[in-house]
Amino acid sequence: MYLARVIGRVVATRRYPGLESVALQWLQPLDERGRDSGAPLVACAPLATISTGPGDLVHFVDGREGALACPETFVPVDAAILGFVEQAVVRGKRIAEDA
Amino acid sequence: MFLADVVGTVVSPVQHPVLEGQRLLLLRPIDPEGRARGIVRVAVDKSGAGEGDRVLAVDEGNAARQLLGAPDGPVKTVVVGVVDYVALGNELVFDARSGAPVD
Repeated sequence: MYLARVIGRVVATRRYPGLESVALQWLQPLDERGRDSGAPLVACAPLATISTGPGDLVHFVDGREGALACPETFVPVDAAILGFVEQAVVRGKRIAEDA
Repeated sequence: MFLADVVGTVVSPVQHPVLEGQRLLLLRPIDPEGRARGIVRVAVDKSGAGEGDRVLAVDEGNAARQLLGAPDGPVKTVVVGVVDYVALGNELVFDARSGAPVD
């Protein structure tokens, strides 16, 4: 599981059955200082209760577990947002805010 | 499994139900010599670990689901132990028992 910043969204009207209700977002993984770490990726945002937009911090899971976070769990997904991050604190300081 | 330093905490008020009530830590994985290596992780704490601790963690779904008692949970990374000491060959490269970590 990883920390990331939402940097955009992806819209694909025609998609694999089972993924109709799942939003897609661009994520940029971050290190403990809030700096970009590795390549951006597209992740499902399966929880309707999690409304995220560009700039927001999230945590996500990759691999098979990405599909397990979706409403339909037998779907071709390899990354999914698990939660909205209100704050990430390193050595007493909040990181990665509006960076 | 891998060793990591706990470098921070993550607060996520809105998240997948399987993670409700779980403490999330920010881990910086390390190599045997204690140098940062690999991508920073968000992990569920199952060992009472805190910032500054060197910990043992799993990054595998089935192990994580077993630890959380959630057979279908989308979880992967869990802290499963707090490290007392690490030996490389015959040499202690990390010893939390004596106070300051050997870095």
